[in-house]
Amino acid sequence: MARTVSTRRKMIVTVLAWAIGLLIFFPILWTILTSFKTEGDAIALPPKFLFFAWTTENYGIVQERSNYIQFAMNSIMLALGSTFFALIIAVPSAWAMAFAPSRRTKDLLMWMLSTKMMPPVGALIPIYLIFRDTHLLDTRGGIITVLMLLNLPIIIWMLYTYFKEIPGEILEASRMDGASLGKELLYVLTPMAIPGIASTLLLNIILAWNEAFWTLALTTKDAAPLTQFIASYSSPEGLFWAKLSAASTMAIAPILVLGWFAQKQLVRGLTFGAVK
Amino acid sequence: MATQQTRALGKLAVSPSVVALFLWMIVPLAMTIYFSFLRYNLLDPNAACAILSPGSLTDPANRCLAGFSNYSYFLTDPAFFRAMGNSLKLVGWVLGISVVGGTLLALLLDQAFYGRGFVRIMMIAPFLVMPTVSALVWKNMMMNPVSGFIAYLFKLVGLEPIDWFAHAPMTAVVIMVAWQWVPFATLILLTSLQSLDEEQKEAAEMDGTPPLSFFWYIVLPHLIRPMTVVILIETIFLLNVFAEIYVTGTAGTAGNLPFLVYQYGLVANDIGGASAGGIIAVILANIVAFFLMRMIGKNLDA
Repeated sequence: MARTVSTRRKMIVTVLAWAIGLLIFFPILWTILTSFKTEGDAIALPPKFLFFAWTTENYGIVQERSNYIQFAMNSIMLALGSTFFALIIAVPSAWAMAFAPSRRTKDLLMWMLSTKMMPPVGALIPIYLIFRDTHLLDTRGGIITVLMLLNLPIIIWMLYTYFKEIPGEILEASRMDGASLGKELLYVLTPMAIPGIASTLLLNIILAWNEAFWTLALTTKDAAPLTQFIASYSSPEGLFWAKLSAASTMAIAPILVLGWFAQKQLVRGLTFGAVK
Repeated sequence: MATQQTRALGKLAVSPSVVALFLWMIVPLAMTIYFSFLRYNLLDPNAACAILSPGSLTDPANRCLAGFSNYSYFLTDPAFFRAMGNSLKLVGWVLGISVVGGTLLALLLDQAFYGRGFVRIMMIAPFLVMPTVSALVWKNMMMNPVSGFIAYLFKLVGLEPIDWFAHAPMTAVVIMVAWQWVPFATLILLTSLQSLDEEQKEAAEMDGTPPLSFFWYIVLPHLIRPMTVVILIETIFLLNVFAEIYVTGTAGTAGNLPFLVYQYGLVANDIGGASAGGIIAVILANIVAFFLMRMIGKNLDA
């Protein structure tokens, strides 16, 4: 039964919540608005909120200036590639740990968590040198490998917590009916595991898309994703806020949309299943 | 129960991830430790060594062994103390702001009001923004001392605008990083609040429990566990903040430990020094992790 809330109180909370929500969201909103201004309007004082000459020219300029499409393609390839390969390795592992746990499964999971504690700078120098010597610097394959390994512990943990929720009795029932291991996997478990795998996929795409240590350190041009594309705007060049805003909007829009769907998965994935 | 066959299959299924993670953790770490004892500069791999100290011990690749000199050099570099201080300030401030701010926002979002779903996504959105975007948006459109939005607000109420990156770079970095991580705390604490028993809330309301003591005796104890989770996870990420410093050009004033290691290695090409710095960062992270894991372990067992 829902608690009864007085209308007056609800109105006050509504106003307060919207005010704070808009305040927190403001930098993003302002970026999106600025991306449709001319450079002159972008720095105008007092700031122009809605009444300015709306233009989409910045989006065209951004593409010409630094080939947005190529960076975006790299971001997509890195996010999808690293997620795909990580899932190939992680699904069987999480599966085995959830359904055929051994005495060491708990320790193994804790050890995997502990690999996330290692600061990236502890590995930066060797990885950089190995990549330099094997010509993997600034290649998609190299970065995909790093991003895959980086997020593997989170993926395994998240899949593990999902698989744990699949009731074991179903397995036993299908075994009683004489289903072979292969059939059991294909017809009984896979359909039940799909939602968990999909959620994990979503979370990992977000994490890989926004990863900004390895992508900045190991790419320059050919394999550079949008993190690097935006970083190229860090040296000011005359009036550039409208262009920077257009570039930023294009870099964050896909993830804001995905994030909308993935709020719950974010919690589970990033807390290693400790908060669901 | 698991049969012999499934057990063998299980081992086979687990091994690729274990091997991959083991290699990913051990090989670079071992190499970093090794490099940290070498005099190894990418610009002149062994020339300086032969000239500066002829006849000194070398490794198979003809690089001079440096003993602990990389460590003493890194640890006595004034930049190290500044970076260390900045790392701790950043983690401390952002954690404090996240836990307090996150709790308040989660309590707010747990109330009934119009447009809750939309307000929630607005409050969570900053966490989904790419760090390089957040840093440049804050540095330019928000914090620019002339045309930035904050400067406009300051002038509106008759205050002198602050040149954030010249006079308060650390505060500026803390603000932009906190903007990204408060939403994370909010999201987790809200998830946990929503699992608080509805009946408990009703019972407290019927008994006429004052809101403050309800918060203190019922809500806060319920939030302790997710709060420790927030602290653990944010600490891991905050110790490694990099992009915000990289793109705002605040290395000299707000640069943290990861950035100093990056500068030593990939900017100054001093592999030995950077490796020593990397190992120091690993040791510090492990000290933090040790206490956090104990803290979390206590809460998770309960």
